[in-house]
Amino acid sequence: MIGALDRGLRHLGARVVDGIWKLGAASRFTATLLLRSGTSLRRFQLTLDEIHFAGVLSLIIIIVSGLFVGLVLGLQGYETLKRYGSAEALGTLVALSLVRELGPVVSALLFASRAGSAITAKIGIMKSTEQLSAMEMMAVDPFARVLAPIFWGGAISMPLLAAIFSAFGVFGGYLIGVVIIGVDAGAFWSQMQASVDLWDDVMNGVIKSAVFGVAVTLIALFEGYDAPPTAEGVSYAVTRTVVTSALAVLALDFVLTSFMFTGV
Amino acid sequence: MKRTTIDLWVGLFVVGGLAALLVLALKVGNATTVTAADGYRVTAEFDNIGGLKPRAPVKSAGVVVGRVASIAFDNDKFVARVTMLLDKTYRFPKDTTASILTSGLLGEQYIGLDGGGDDEVLKDGDRMRLTQSAMVLEKMISRFLYSKAEEGPQGDRP
Repeated sequence: MIGALDRGLRHLGARVVDGIWKLGAASRFTATLLLRSGTSLRRFQLTLDEIHFAGVLSLIIIIVSGLFVGLVLGLQGYETLKRYGSAEALGTLVALSLVRELGPVVSALLFASRAGSAITAKIGIMKSTEQLSAMEMMAVDPFARVLAPIFWGGAISMPLLAAIFSAFGVFGGYLIGVVIIGVDAGAFWSQMQASVDLWDDVMNGVIKSAVFGVAVTLIALFEGYDAPPTAEGVSYAVTRTVVTSALAVLALDFVLTSFMFTGV
Repeated sequence: MKRTTIDLWVGLFVVGGLAALLVLALKVGNATTVTAADGYRVTAEFDNIGGLKPRAPVKSAGVVVGRVASIAFDNDKFVARVTMLLDKTYRFPKDTTASILTSGLLGEQYIGLDGGGDDEVLKDGDRMRLTQSAMVLEKMISRFLYSKAEEGPQGDRP
């Protein structure tokens, strides 16, 4: 009995200490990454390659998901709004929910599973096959040469992906609402324009997605860099990347939303 | 420079992302509203503004002619002072009435302007003297109940 309790407490304590250790390591990792980012700006080709990997190759999934989210929002929103006789407000509903919430959040989740997991796997395998150590032996800084370009590539790609997601979502809502169901096109766009504000809604969405991009890329890089250099360790790290970044995105979304959309 | 295809794709991606932002800003959002540069400010005082918010539309005959710039409380007169930014292509006479209206039954509130017959037009910084406050549902109901209570004994009660 006492033994079981003792073991439980020890386990809990070890978990807490491990978590705090990891947080400290992640902070030091972030600081090092930012301090050695100079190369990724001077040799911009490295960053371009990473934008190609994180952004361009994620385009298909982002566009298709955005379109379908917009289609579903159009259908569901129309069914609900119709009951209150305000089907013309469909444009407002689709645009506001996409620009404020769904665009940044869903594309960040997709980004975490599409690009984040790949980043972790890449860094984890580079570490376990000692490519990172080999770089250090050749006096090539792996932070400047490998990690920082990936970070900037992800941070630059994410807001653009979220904007593309939202734009295609609005187009999907338009397809269902106006083209198929037959809501008046003028009312659809004008009500949307009357209620979506450039700064309060569109720009806050961009800020959100930029924050999510930084968070997801950092988590992916750190989990890869921190992974135990075994096949199992890398696979756990990839799983942790997806889970942690999904939770981080949702928690950050709540915090940012409570800052942005309060008051008048 | 080698690897031009990647550059091309990244370029297309960035252009596409910026185009999506532009679409969101211009087509979805209302970036094309009146700004301080091409408008003039007028104020109006209301006893009660109801649920009016900054950036609410100012309409005349149903056409949006401006936006509510700011709302402040006047602590001397205990009224709400609403500053409106009107498009300078529209001119209104000095005795224009500003009233707070609601679009639809549950819609958002806006300011409606009804032009008067004065020869002079409102200029930047002017104050509209004729205003009509927002309808407050509780006040309307209580007024209705009082008027019912007054005619109570002769009512349909046997």
